[in-house]
Amino acid sequence: MEGILTMLGATSQGLIWGVMVVGLYITFRILDFADLTVDGSLALGGSVSAILIYNGVNPILSLIIATFAGILAGCITGILHIKFKIPGILAGILTMTALYSINIRIMGKANTPLLGKNTIFTVISEWFDGLGANSKMISEIVLGLIVCAVIIAIMYWFFGTEMGYAIRAVGNNKHMVCAMGINVGLMQIIALALSNGLVAFSGALVAQNQGYADINMGVGTLVCGLAAVIIGEAFVKQESNFAVKLIFAVIGSVIYRLIIALALQIGMNPSDLKLFTAIIVAIALGLPKIMKRKEKQQC
Amino acid sequence: MLRLQKVSKVFNKNTVNEKVIFDKFDFTIEEGEFVVIIGSNGSGKSTLMNLISGKIIADSGKILIDGIDVSSQLEHIRAKQVGRVFQDPLMGTASNMRIYENLAMARKKGKKFGLKWCISKKDIQEYREMVKSLGLGLENHLNTKVGLLSGGQRQALTLLMATMQKPKILLLDEHTSALDPKTAGIVLDHTEKIIKENNLTTLMITHNMNDAIKLGTRLVMLSGGKIIFDAKGEEKKNLTPEILLRKFSEVEHCI
Ligand SMILES: Nc1ncnc2c1ncn2[C@@H]1O[C@H](COP(=O)(O)OP(=O)(O)OP(=O)(O)O)[C@@H](O)[C@H]1O
Ligand SMILES: [Mg+2]
Repeated sequence: MEGILTMLGATSQGLIWGVMVVGLYITFRILDFADLTVDGSLALGGSVSAILIYNGVNPILSLIIATFAGILAGCITGILHIKFKIPGILAGILTMTALYSINIRIMGKANTPLLGKNTIFTVISEWFDGLGANSKMISEIVLGLIVCAVIIAIMYWFFGTEMGYAIRAVGNNKHMVCAMGINVGLMQIIALALSNGLVAFSGALVAQNQGYADINMGVGTLVCGLAAVIIGEAFVKQESNFAVKLIFAVIGSVIYRLIIALALQIGMNPSDLKLFTAIIVAIALGLPKIMKRKEKQQC
Repeated sequence: MLRLQKVSKVFNKNTVNEKVIFDKFDFTIEEGEFVVIIGSNGSGKSTLMNLISGKIIADSGKILIDGIDVSSQLEHIRAKQVGRVFQDPLMGTASNMRIYENLAMARKKGKKFGLKWCISKKDIQEYREMVKSLGLGLENHLNTKVGLLSGGQRQALTLLMATMQKPKILLLDEHTSALDPKTAGIVLDHTEKIIKENNLTTLMITHNMNDAIKLGTRLVMLSGGKIIFDAKGEEKKNLTPEILLRKFSEVEHCI
Protein backbone atom coordinates (compact mmCIF):
# COMPACT_ATOMS: atom_id res chain seq x y z
CA MET A 1 0.00 0.00 0.00
CA GLU A 2 2.75 2.41 0.90
CA GLY A 3 4.48 1.52 -2.37
CA ILE A 4 1.40 2.48 -4.34
CA LEU A 5 1.13 5.76 -2.45
CA THR A 6 4.74 6.58 -3.24
CA MET A 7 4.12 5.84 -6.87
CA LEU A 8 1.01 7.97 -6.98
CA GLY A 9 2.89 10.77 -5.28
CA ALA A 10 5.71 10.54 -7.79
CA THR A 11 3.18 10.54 -10.62
CA SER A 12 1.54 13.72 -9.41
CA GLN A 13 4.94 15.37 -8.99
CA GLY A 14 5.89 14.25 -12.48
CA LEU A 15 2.77 15.84 -13.94
CA ILE A 16 3.12 19.10 -12.03
CA TRP A 17 6.75 19.39 -13.08
CA GLY A 18 5.75 18.12 -16.52
CA VAL A 19 4.61 21.58 -17.55
CA MET A 20 8.18 22.75 -16.97
CA VAL A 21 9.45 19.85 -19.06
CA VAL A 22 7.22 20.90 -21.96
CA GLY A 23 8.64 24.41 -21.64
CA LEU A 24 12.16 23.08 -21.64
CA TYR A 25 11.42 20.90 -24.65
CA ILE A 26 10.62 24.06 -26.60
CA THR A 27 14.00 25.67 -25.99
CA PHE A 28 16.21 22.61 -25.79
CA ARG A 29 14.77 20.49 -28.57
CA ILE A 30 12.91 22.88 -30.86
CA LEU A 31 15.03 26.00 -30.56
CA ASP A 32 18.27 24.13 -29.85
CA PHE A 33 19.07 26.48 -26.98
CA ALA A 34 20.16 25.34 -23.50
CA ASP A 35 18.33 27.93 -21.42
CA LEU A 36 19.53 28.29 -17.85
CA THR A 37 16.95 30.98 -17.18
CA VAL A 38 14.61 28.18 -16.17
CA ASP A 39 16.29 27.69 -12.79
CA GLY A 40 15.35 31.27 -12.00
CA SER A 41 12.00 31.44 -13.74
CA LEU A 42 10.69 28.36 -11.95
CA ALA A 43 11.37 30.02 -8.60
CA LEU A 44 10.01 33.26 -10.03
CA GLY A 45 6.72 31.58 -10.83
CA GLY A 46 6.61 30.06 -7.36
CA SER A 47 7.50 33.34 -5.64
CA VAL A 48 4.98 35.43 -7.56
CA SER A 49 2.17 32.96 -7.07
CA ALA A 50 2.93 32.45 -3.37
CA ILE A 51 3.14 36.10 -2.47
CA LEU A 52 -0.07 36.84 -4.36
CA ILE A 53 -1.95 34.05 -2.63
CA TYR A 54 -0.46 35.10 0.69
CA ASN A 55 -1.98 38.51 0.08
CA GLY A 56 -5.37 37.09 -0.73
CA VAL A 57 -5.32 36.94 -4.53
CA ASN A 58 -7.27 34.15 -6.22
CA PRO A 59 -4.91 31.17 -6.77
CA ILE A 60 -5.90 30.79 -10.43
CA LEU A 61 -5.28 34.46 -11.10
CA SER A 62 -1.91 34.07 -9.37
CA LEU A 63 -1.05 31.29 -11.84
CA ILE A 64 -1.74 33.59 -14.77
CA ILE A 65 0.31 36.44 -13.33
CA ALA A 66 3.17 34.06 -12.51
CA THR A 67 3.11 32.88 -16.13
CA PHE A 68 3.46 36.44 -17.38
CA ALA A 69 6.38 37.00 -15.01
CA GLY A 70 8.06 33.97 -16.60
CA ILE A 71 7.35 35.30 -20.09
CA LEU A 72 9.07 38.53 -19.12
CA ALA A 73 12.11 36.64 -17.79
CA GLY A 74 12.33 34.70 -21.07
CA CYS A 75 12.15 37.95 -23.04
CA ILE A 76 15.06 39.34 -21.05
CA THR A 77 17.26 36.34 -21.77
CA GLY A 78 16.22 36.58 -25.42
CA ILE A 79 17.07 40.26 -25.63
CA LEU A 80 20.42 39.74 -23.90
CA HIS A 81 21.22 37.03 -26.42
CA ILE A 82 19.83 38.61 -29.59
CA LYS A 83 20.27 42.33 -29.12
CA PHE A 84 23.44 42.30 -27.03
CA LYS A 85 24.95 39.22 -28.70
CA ILE A 86 25.69 37.53 -25.36
CA PRO A 87 26.19 33.77 -25.80
CA GLY A 88 23.01 31.83 -25.01
CA ILE A 89 24.24 29.96 -21.96
CA LEU A 90 25.63 33.13 -20.40
CA ALA A 91 22.48 35.11 -21.20
CA GLY A 92 20.50 32.48 -19.29
CA ILE A 93 22.90 32.52 -16.35
CA LEU A 94 22.71 36.32 -16.16
CA THR A 95 18.92 36.32 -15.99
CA MET A 96 18.91 33.42 -13.55
CA THR A 97 21.36 35.20 -11.27
CA ALA A 98 19.41 38.43 -11.42
CA LEU A 99 16.22 36.53 -10.66
CA TYR A 100 17.68 35.24 -7.41
CA SER A 101 17.71 38.77 -6.03
CA ILE A 102 14.45 39.67 -7.72
CA ASN A 103 12.68 36.66 -6.22
CA ILE A 104 13.79 37.66 -2.73
CA ARG A 105 12.56 41.18 -3.46
CA ILE A 106 9.22 39.79 -4.58
CA MET A 107 8.71 37.68 -1.47
CA GLY A 108 10.48 40.09 0.87
CA LYS A 109 12.34 37.10 2.29
CA ALA A 110 13.72 33.75 1.21
CA ASN A 111 10.44 31.85 1.43
CA THR A 112 6.70 32.29 1.67
CA PRO A 113 4.55 29.70 3.46
CA LEU A 114 0.97 29.15 2.30
CA LEU A 115 -0.28 27.42 5.44
CA GLY A 116 -4.03 27.59 5.69
CA LYS A 117 -4.35 29.47 2.41
CA ASN A 118 -6.52 28.32 -0.44
CA THR A 119 -4.55 27.01 -3.40
CA ILE A 120 -5.79 25.52 -6.63
CA PHE A 121 -5.10 22.12 -5.07
CA THR A 122 -7.14 22.68 -1.92
CA VAL A 123 -10.01 23.93 -4.09
CA ILE A 124 -9.95 20.88 -6.30
CA SER A 125 -9.39 18.35 -3.54
CA GLU A 126 -12.74 19.45 -2.12
CA TRP A 127 -14.38 17.95 -5.21
CA PHE A 128 -12.89 14.61 -4.28
CA ASP A 129 -13.74 14.83 -0.58
CA GLY A 130 -15.71 11.61 -0.72
CA LEU A 131 -12.54 9.64 -1.36
CA GLY A 132 -11.23 10.22 2.12
CA ALA A 133 -7.54 10.24 2.90
CA ASN A 134 -6.40 9.97 -0.70
CA SER A 135 -8.45 12.85 -2.01
CA LYS A 136 -5.44 15.18 -2.01
CA MET A 137 -3.29 12.88 -4.09
CA ILE A 138 -6.07 12.04 -6.51
CA SER A 139 -6.90 15.69 -6.99
CA GLU A 140 -3.24 16.39 -7.71
CA ILE A 141 -3.10 13.73 -10.38
CA VAL A 142 -6.37 14.80 -11.96
CA LEU A 143 -5.33 18.43 -12.02
CA GLY A 144 -1.87 17.54 -13.34
CA LEU A 145 -3.38 15.45 -16.13
CA ILE A 146 -5.81 18.18 -17.14
CA VAL A 147 -3.17 20.90 -17.09
CA CYS A 148 -0.66 18.85 -19.09
CA ALA A 149 -3.32 17.83 -21.63
CA VAL A 150 -4.42 21.43 -22.15
CA ILE A 151 -0.88 22.70 -22.47
CA ILE A 152 0.13 19.98 -24.90
CA ALA A 153 -2.97 20.75 -26.98
CA ILE A 154 -2.10 24.45 -27.05
CA MET A 155 1.52 23.74 -27.98
CA TYR A 156 0.43 21.34 -30.70
CA TRP A 157 -1.77 24.04 -32.15
CA PHE A 158 0.88 26.73 -31.78
CA PHE A 159 3.63 24.78 -33.48
CA GLY A 160 1.29 24.11 -36.38
CA THR A 161 0.81 27.83 -37.00
CA GLU A 162 2.99 29.91 -39.27
CA MET A 163 4.85 31.35 -36.31
CA GLY A 164 5.28 27.88 -34.83
CA TYR A 165 6.75 26.66 -38.10
CA ALA A 166 9.12 29.61 -38.12
CA ILE A 167 10.33 28.84 -34.59
CA ARG A 168 10.86 25.18 -35.42
CA ALA A 169 12.86 26.17 -38.47
CA VAL A 170 14.99 28.61 -36.46
CA GLY A 171 16.21 25.74 -34.30
CA ASN A 172 17.10 23.93 -37.47
CA ASN A 173 18.51 26.37 -39.98
CA LYS A 174 18.61 30.09 -39.34
CA HIS A 175 19.73 30.84 -42.91
CA MET A 176 16.59 29.31 -44.29
CA VAL A 177 14.37 31.24 -41.88
CA CYS A 178 16.08 34.49 -42.78
CA ALA A 179 15.68 33.69 -46.46
CA MET A 180 11.94 33.37 -45.87
CA GLY A 181 11.88 36.99 -44.77
CA ILE A 182 11.43 36.13 -41.09
CA ASN A 183 13.11 37.98 -38.23
CA VAL A 184 15.13 35.15 -36.70
CA GLY A 185 15.94 36.99 -33.47
CA LEU A 186 12.31 37.82 -32.81
CA MET A 187 11.34 34.16 -33.20
CA GLN A 188 14.04 33.17 -30.69
CA ILE A 189 12.78 35.73 -28.20
CA ILE A 190 9.19 34.54 -28.62
CA ALA A 191 10.20 30.93 -28.05
CA LEU A 192 12.20 31.80 -24.94
CA ALA A 193 9.28 33.82 -23.61
CA LEU A 194 6.85 30.99 -24.25
CA SER A 195 9.14 28.43 -22.64
CA ASN A 196 9.81 30.46 -19.52
CA GLY A 197 6.12 31.28 -19.23
CA LEU A 198 5.43 27.56 -18.99
CA VAL A 199 8.29 27.03 -16.55
CA ALA A 200 7.03 29.80 -14.28
CA PHE A 201 3.51 28.37 -14.51
CA SER A 202 4.93 25.05 -13.42
CA GLY A 203 6.80 26.74 -10.57
CA ALA A 204 3.58 28.35 -9.42
CA LEU A 205 1.86 24.96 -9.41
CA VAL A 206 4.76 23.45 -7.48
CA ALA A 207 4.61 26.19 -4.84
CA GLN A 208 0.87 25.82 -4.44
CA ASN A 209 1.24 22.08 -4.25
CA GLN A 210 4.00 21.99 -1.65
CA GLY A 211 2.41 24.82 0.31
CA TYR A 212 5.31 27.25 0.14
CA ALA A 213 7.65 29.01 -2.24
CA ASP A 214 11.35 28.95 -1.59
CA ILE A 215 14.15 30.90 -3.20
CA ASN A 216 16.03 27.68 -3.95
CA MET A 217 13.11 25.73 -5.38
CA GLY A 218 14.40 26.20 -8.94
CA VAL A 219 17.93 24.94 -8.42
CA GLY A 220 18.66 22.16 -10.90
CA THR A 221 15.48 22.69 -12.91
CA LEU A 222 17.29 22.61 -16.24
CA VAL A 223 19.07 19.35 -15.49
CA CYS A 224 15.96 17.64 -14.07
CA GLY A 225 14.00 18.79 -17.09
CA LEU A 226 16.64 17.48 -19.47
CA ALA A 227 16.60 14.14 -17.68
CA ALA A 228 12.84 13.97 -18.23
CA VAL A 229 13.11 14.98 -21.89
CA ILE A 230 15.78 12.37 -22.53
CA ILE A 231 13.92 9.60 -20.71
CA GLY A 232 10.78 10.42 -22.67
CA GLU A 233 12.64 10.40 -25.96
CA ALA A 234 13.76 6.84 -25.37
CA PHE A 235 10.20 5.80 -26.19
CA VAL A 236 9.44 7.85 -29.31
CA LYS A 237 10.59 7.57 -32.89
CA GLN A 238 12.20 10.53 -34.62
CA GLU A 239 9.33 10.48 -37.08
CA SER A 240 6.61 10.63 -34.43
CA ASN A 241 3.91 13.23 -34.31
CA PHE A 242 4.75 16.35 -32.31
CA ALA A 243 1.95 15.84 -29.80
CA VAL A 244 3.22 12.33 -29.12
CA LYS A 245 6.68 13.73 -28.46
CA LEU A 246 5.31 16.21 -25.95
CA ILE A 247 3.19 13.54 -24.27
CA PHE A 248 6.31 11.45 -23.85
CA ALA A 249 8.23 14.41 -22.48
CA VAL A 250 5.62 14.53 -19.71
CA ILE A 251 5.73 10.77 -19.30
CA GLY A 252 9.51 11.13 -19.07
CA SER A 253 8.93 13.58 -16.25
CA VAL A 254 6.74 11.05 -14.42
CA ILE A 255 9.26 8.26 -14.93
CA TYR A 256 12.03 10.51 -13.68
CA ARG A 257 10.08 11.19 -10.47
CA LEU A 258 9.42 7.47 -10.08
CA ILE A 259 13.14 6.70 -10.44
CA ILE A 260 13.93 9.35 -7.85
CA ALA A 261 11.30 7.99 -5.46
CA LEU A 262 12.70 4.51 -5.92
CA ALA A 263 16.26 5.70 -5.36
CA LEU A 264 15.21 7.41 -2.14
CA GLN A 265 13.34 4.34 -1.00
CA ILE A 266 16.36 2.11 -1.40
CA GLY A 267 18.29 4.49 0.80
CA MET A 268 19.89 7.12 -1.40
CA ASN A 269 20.81 10.28 0.41
CA PRO A 270 18.45 13.06 -0.83
CA SER A 271 21.34 15.46 -1.16
CA ASP A 272 22.96 13.08 -3.66
CA LEU A 273 19.97 13.28 -6.00
CA LYS A 274 21.31 16.16 -8.06
CA LEU A 275 24.62 14.39 -8.59
CA PHE A 276 22.71 11.27 -9.60
CA THR A 277 20.57 13.26 -12.06
CA ALA A 278 23.54 15.12 -13.52
CA ILE A 279 25.34 11.84 -14.16
CA ILE A 280 22.28 10.36 -15.85
CA VAL A 281 21.95 13.41 -18.12
CA ALA A 282 25.65 13.50 -18.93
CA ILE A 283 25.64 9.83 -19.90
CA ALA A 284 22.42 10.14 -21.88
CA LEU A 285 23.68 13.14 -23.84
CA GLY A 286 27.19 11.80 -24.31
CA LEU A 287 26.52 8.18 -25.12
CA PRO A 288 25.00 8.64 -28.59
CA LYS A 289 27.99 10.75 -29.65
CA ILE A 290 30.50 8.19 -28.40
CA MET A 291 28.61 5.45 -30.24
CA LYS A 292 28.66 7.49 -33.43
CA ARG A 293 32.39 8.02 -33.19
CA LYS A 294 32.86 4.28 -32.83
CA GLU A 295 30.79 3.64 -35.93
CA LYS A 296 32.90 6.05 -37.93
CA GLN A 297 36.15 4.53 -36.77
CA GLN A 298 34.96 1.14 -37.85
CA CYS A 299 34.57 2.21 -41.45
CA MET B 1 16.05 45.80 -62.16
CA LEU B 2 19.06 45.76 -59.88
CA ARG B 3 21.56 48.60 -59.62
CA LEU B 4 24.68 48.96 -57.51
CA GLN B 5 26.02 52.51 -57.30
CA LYS B 6 29.53 53.19 -56.06
CA VAL B 7 29.35 50.29 -53.63
CA SER B 8 32.45 49.85 -51.46
CA LYS B 9 33.28 47.05 -49.10
CA VAL B 10 36.41 46.64 -47.03
CA PHE B 11 36.87 43.72 -44.67
CA ASN B 12 38.77 44.19 -41.38
CA LYS B 13 39.05 47.90 -41.93
CA ASN B 14 41.97 49.65 -40.21
CA THR B 15 43.70 46.44 -39.24
CA VAL B 16 46.71 44.69 -40.72
CA ASN B 17 44.28 42.30 -42.38
CA GLU B 18 42.46 45.09 -44.20
CA LYS B 19 41.11 43.83 -47.49
CA VAL B 20 39.44 46.01 -50.07
CA ILE B 21 36.95 43.86 -51.95
CA PHE B 22 34.93 46.48 -53.80
CA ASP B 23 35.87 50.10 -54.37
CA LYS B 24 33.09 52.25 -55.83
CA PHE B 25 31.69 49.32 -57.72
CA ASP B 26 28.98 50.07 -60.31
CA PHE B 27 26.81 47.37 -61.78
CA THR B 28 23.36 47.20 -63.36
CA ILE B 29 21.20 44.24 -64.25
CA GLU B 30 18.16 44.88 -66.39
CA GLU B 31 14.76 43.37 -65.76
CA GLY B 32 14.65 39.78 -67.00
CA GLU B 33 18.37 39.53 -67.55
CA PHE B 34 20.09 36.25 -66.60
CA VAL B 35 23.65 37.17 -65.72
CA VAL B 36 26.30 34.53 -65.23
CA ILE B 37 29.31 35.60 -63.16
CA ILE B 38 32.68 33.93 -63.41
CA GLY B 39 35.93 34.80 -61.73
CA SER B 40 38.74 33.17 -59.81
CA ASN B 41 38.57 32.25 -56.13
CA GLY B 42 38.46 35.28 -53.91
CA SER B 43 37.50 37.69 -56.68
CA GLY B 44 34.47 38.83 -54.69
CA LYS B 45 31.62 36.96 -56.36
CA SER B 46 30.02 35.67 -53.18
CA THR B 47 30.63 38.97 -51.46
CA LEU B 48 28.72 40.66 -54.28
CA MET B 49 25.76 38.39 -53.62
CA ASN B 50 26.05 38.91 -49.88
CA LEU B 51 25.91 42.65 -50.47
CA ILE B 52 22.82 42.32 -52.63
CA SER B 53 21.03 39.99 -50.22
CA GLY B 54 21.97 42.08 -47.19
CA LYS B 55 23.98 39.37 -45.48
CA ILE B 56 26.80 41.91 -45.60
CA ILE B 57 26.11 45.63 -45.38
CA ALA B 58 28.11 47.84 -47.74
CA ASP B 59 30.43 50.47 -46.27
CA SER B 60 29.15 53.04 -48.73
CA GLY B 61 27.21 53.27 -51.95
CA LYS B 62 23.66 52.35 -52.87
CA ILE B 63 21.89 49.17 -53.84
CA LEU B 64 18.64 49.67 -55.68
CA ILE B 65 16.04 47.02 -56.45
CA ASP B 66 13.45 48.31 -58.91
CA GLY B 67 14.63 51.82 -58.15
CA ILE B 68 14.15 51.49 -54.40
CA ASP B 69 17.20 51.91 -52.21
CA VAL B 70 17.51 48.78 -50.08
CA SER B 71 21.04 49.35 -48.81
CA SER B 72 19.96 49.95 -45.22
CA GLN B 73 17.40 47.14 -45.11
CA LEU B 74 18.20 44.11 -42.98
CA GLU B 75 18.69 40.76 -44.64
CA HIS B 76 15.32 39.29 -43.71
CA ILE B 77 13.52 42.36 -45.01
CA ARG B 78 15.39 42.23 -48.30
CA ALA B 79 14.71 38.51 -48.50
CA LYS B 80 11.14 39.38 -49.44
CA GLN B 81 12.41 40.44 -52.86
CA VAL B 82 15.47 38.23 -53.14
CA GLY B 83 15.54 34.49 -53.72
CA ARG B 84 18.79 32.76 -52.99
CA VAL B 85 20.32 29.32 -53.43
CA PHE B 86 23.68 28.64 -51.81
CA GLN B 87 26.46 26.28 -52.75
CA ASP B 88 25.85 24.20 -49.63
CA PRO B 89 22.70 22.10 -50.05
CA LEU B 90 22.16 22.21 -46.27
CA MET B 91 21.68 25.97 -46.23
CA GLY B 92 18.36 26.36 -48.00
CA THR B 93 16.05 23.95 -46.22
CA ALA B 94 15.16 22.96 -42.66
CA SER B 95 16.39 19.40 -42.28
CA ASN B 96 14.24 18.37 -39.31
CA MET B 97 11.08 19.46 -41.06
CA ARG B 98 9.18 17.55 -43.70
CA ILE B 99 9.18 18.43 -47.38
CA TYR B 100 5.66 19.81 -47.28
CA GLU B 101 6.46 21.84 -44.16
CA ASN B 102 9.41 23.45 -45.91
CA LEU B 103 7.24 24.22 -48.92
CA ALA B 104 4.52 25.65 -46.71
CA MET B 105 7.02 28.12 -45.30
CA ALA B 106 8.25 29.07 -48.75
CA ARG B 107 4.69 29.73 -49.83
CA LYS B 108 4.38 32.27 -46.98
CA LYS B 109 7.75 33.83 -47.77
CA GLY B 110 7.82 37.55 -47.20
CA LYS B 111 4.39 37.55 -45.58
CA LYS B 112 3.54 37.76 -41.92
CA PHE B 113 4.20 34.57 -39.97
CA GLY B 114 1.29 34.87 -37.60
CA LEU B 115 -1.04 32.56 -35.74
CA LYS B 116 -2.82 31.07 -38.72
CA TRP B 117 -2.50 27.31 -39.15
CA CYS B 118 0.30 26.88 -41.67
CA ILE B 119 -1.02 24.07 -43.81
CA SER B 120 -4.21 22.62 -45.25
CA LYS B 121 -5.11 19.45 -47.17
CA LYS B 122 -5.59 21.49 -50.32
CA ASP B 123 -2.09 22.95 -50.07
CA ILE B 124 -0.56 19.49 -49.89
CA GLN B 125 -2.09 18.57 -53.23
CA GLU B 126 -0.56 21.69 -54.74
CA TYR B 127 2.84 20.97 -53.22
CA ARG B 128 2.67 17.50 -54.69
CA GLU B 129 2.21 18.96 -58.18
CA MET B 130 5.06 21.41 -57.68
CA VAL B 131 7.47 18.76 -56.50
CA LYS B 132 6.38 16.47 -59.30
CA SER B 133 7.57 19.04 -61.82
CA LEU B 134 11.08 18.54 -60.48
CA GLY B 135 10.97 14.98 -61.74
CA LEU B 136 12.94 13.59 -58.83
CA GLY B 137 10.21 11.35 -57.47
CA LEU B 138 9.76 13.47 -54.37
CA GLU B 139 6.00 13.72 -54.85
CA ASN B 140 5.55 10.41 -53.02
CA HIS B 141 7.70 11.50 -50.09
CA LEU B 142 6.16 14.80 -49.05
CA ASN B 143 6.14 13.47 -45.49
CA THR B 144 9.85 12.76 -45.47
CA LYS B 145 12.14 14.92 -43.41
CA VAL B 146 14.32 16.98 -45.69
CA GLY B 147 17.44 15.84 -43.82
CA LEU B 148 17.01 12.40 -45.39
CA LEU B 149 17.17 13.72 -48.97
CA SER B 150 20.25 13.73 -51.16
CA GLY B 151 22.15 16.96 -51.81
CA GLY B 152 20.71 17.22 -55.30
CA GLN B 153 17.17 16.70 -54.11
CA ARG B 154 17.65 19.33 -51.43
CA GLN B 155 19.11 21.76 -53.91
CA ALA B 156 16.21 21.27 -56.31
CA LEU B 157 13.83 21.80 -53.42
CA THR B 158 15.67 24.95 -52.37
CA LEU B 159 15.39 26.28 -55.89
CA LEU B 160 11.68 25.61 -55.85
CA MET B 161 11.36 27.35 -52.48
CA ALA B 162 13.42 30.35 -53.54
CA THR B 163 11.23 30.95 -56.56
CA MET B 164 7.79 29.97 -55.30
CA GLN B 165 7.01 33.57 -54.49
CA LYS B 166 8.44 35.20 -57.58
CA PRO B 167 11.53 37.10 -56.37
CA LYS B 168 12.67 40.34 -57.99
CA ILE B 169 16.20 38.99 -58.01
CA LEU B 170 17.31 35.38 -57.93
CA LEU B 171 20.84 34.75 -56.63
CA LEU B 172 22.49 31.42 -57.37
CA ASP B 173 25.90 30.95 -55.77
CA GLU B 174 27.56 27.90 -57.33
CA HIS B 175 24.38 26.07 -56.50
CA THR B 176 25.30 22.94 -58.42
CA SER B 177 28.98 22.67 -57.57
CA ALA B 178 28.43 20.25 -54.69
CA LEU B 179 26.43 17.87 -56.88
CA ASP B 180 27.51 14.99 -59.09
CA PRO B 181 27.56 15.87 -62.83
CA LYS B 182 24.29 14.13 -63.61
CA THR B 183 22.36 15.69 -60.75
CA ALA B 184 24.01 19.04 -61.43
CA GLY B 185 22.68 18.77 -64.97
CA ILE B 186 19.15 18.06 -63.77
CA VAL B 187 19.21 20.94 -61.30
CA LEU B 188 20.63 23.30 -63.94
CA ASP B 189 17.91 22.32 -66.42
CA HIS B 190 15.36 23.15 -63.79
CA THR B 191 17.03 26.40 -63.00
CA GLU B 192 16.79 27.39 -66.66
CA LYS B 193 13.20 26.29 -66.90
CA ILE B 194 12.06 28.14 -63.78
CA ILE B 195 13.91 31.30 -64.80
CA LYS B 196 12.40 31.23 -68.30
CA GLU B 197 8.89 30.44 -67.15
CA ASN B 198 8.85 33.26 -64.59
CA ASN B 199 11.11 35.63 -66.51
CA LEU B 200 13.27 36.01 -63.39
CA THR B 201 16.06 38.54 -63.15
CA THR B 202 18.94 36.28 -62.17
CA LEU B 203 22.53 36.40 -61.06
CA MET B 204 24.36 33.09 -61.13
CA ILE B 205 27.93 32.27 -60.09
CA THR B 206 29.67 29.31 -61.62
CA HIS B 207 33.17 27.98 -62.13
CA ASN B 208 32.06 25.84 -65.03
CA MET B 209 33.01 27.63 -68.26
CA ASN B 210 30.69 25.52 -70.39
CA ASP B 211 27.70 26.31 -68.19
CA ALA B 212 28.70 29.96 -68.18
CA ILE B 213 28.61 30.06 -71.96
CA LYS B 214 25.56 27.90 -72.42
CA LEU B 215 23.33 29.53 -69.81
CA GLY B 216 22.10 33.07 -69.35
CA THR B 217 21.78 36.15 -71.48
CA ARG B 218 24.89 37.91 -70.25
CA LEU B 219 28.29 36.91 -68.96
CA VAL B 220 30.35 38.94 -66.53
CA MET B 221 33.90 38.25 -65.45
CA LEU B 222 34.95 39.55 -62.07
CA SER B 223 38.53 40.01 -60.91
CA GLY B 224 39.77 41.83 -57.86
CA GLY B 225 36.39 43.43 -57.33
CA LYS B 226 36.18 44.80 -60.88
CA ILE B 227 34.29 43.75 -63.97
CA ILE B 228 36.93 42.92 -66.53
CA PHE B 229 34.70 41.42 -69.17
CA ASP B 230 31.02 41.83 -69.93
CA ALA B 231 29.34 40.15 -72.89
CA LYS B 232 25.77 39.69 -74.05
CA GLY B 233 23.85 38.74 -77.16
CA GLU B 234 25.91 37.60 -80.14
CA GLU B 235 29.19 38.29 -78.40
CA LYS B 236 28.24 35.93 -75.59
CA LYS B 237 27.03 33.23 -77.97
CA ASN B 238 30.35 33.22 -79.77
CA LEU B 239 32.41 32.69 -76.63
CA THR B 240 34.39 29.52 -76.11
CA PRO B 241 36.04 28.21 -72.93
CA GLU B 242 39.42 28.97 -74.55
CA ILE B 243 38.58 32.63 -75.01
CA LEU B 244 37.46 32.88 -71.40
CA LEU B 245 40.54 31.12 -70.09
CA ARG B 246 42.75 33.45 -72.14
CA LYS B 247 40.99 36.43 -70.59
CA PHE B 248 41.59 34.95 -67.16
CA SER B 249 45.30 34.51 -67.70
CA GLU B 250 45.62 38.02 -69.14
CA VAL B 251 44.38 39.62 -65.92
CA GLU B 252 46.28 37.29 -63.66
CA HIS B 253 49.41 38.42 -65.54
CA CYS B 254 48.68 42.06 -64.96
CA ILE B 255 48.31 41.40 -61.23
N1 LIG C 1 33.51 37.99 -43.70
C1 LIG C 1 34.72 38.17 -44.25
N2 LIG C 1 35.74 38.70 -43.54
C2 LIG C 1 36.94 38.89 -44.10
N3 LIG C 1 37.25 38.59 -45.37
C3 LIG C 1 36.30 38.05 -46.12
C4 LIG C 1 34.97 37.80 -45.61
N4 LIG C 1 34.22 37.26 -46.60
C5 LIG C 1 35.03 37.17 -47.67
N5 LIG C 1 36.26 37.64 -47.41
C6 LIG C 1 37.40 37.74 -48.35
O1 LIG C 1 36.94 38.44 -49.48
C7 LIG C 1 37.49 37.89 -50.65
C8 LIG C 1 36.40 37.58 -51.64
O2 LIG C 1 35.65 36.52 -51.15
P1 LIG C 1 34.42 35.89 -51.91
O3 LIG C 1 33.84 34.85 -51.04
O4 LIG C 1 33.53 36.97 -52.37
O5 LIG C 1 35.12 35.23 -53.17
P2 LIG C 1 34.48 34.38 -54.33
O6 LIG C 1 34.70 35.14 -55.58
O7 LIG C 1 33.11 34.00 -54.02
O8 LIG C 1 35.44 33.12 -54.32
P3 LIG C 1 35.09 31.58 -54.56
O9 LIG C 1 35.15 31.37 -56.03
O10 LIG C 1 36.21 30.87 -53.86
O11 LIG C 1 33.76 31.29 -53.96
C9 LIG C 1 38.30 36.68 -50.24
O12 LIG C 1 39.65 37.04 -50.23
C10 LIG C 1 37.84 36.39 -48.84
O13 LIG C 1 38.89 35.89 -48.06
MG1 LIG D 1 32.09 32.16 -53.48
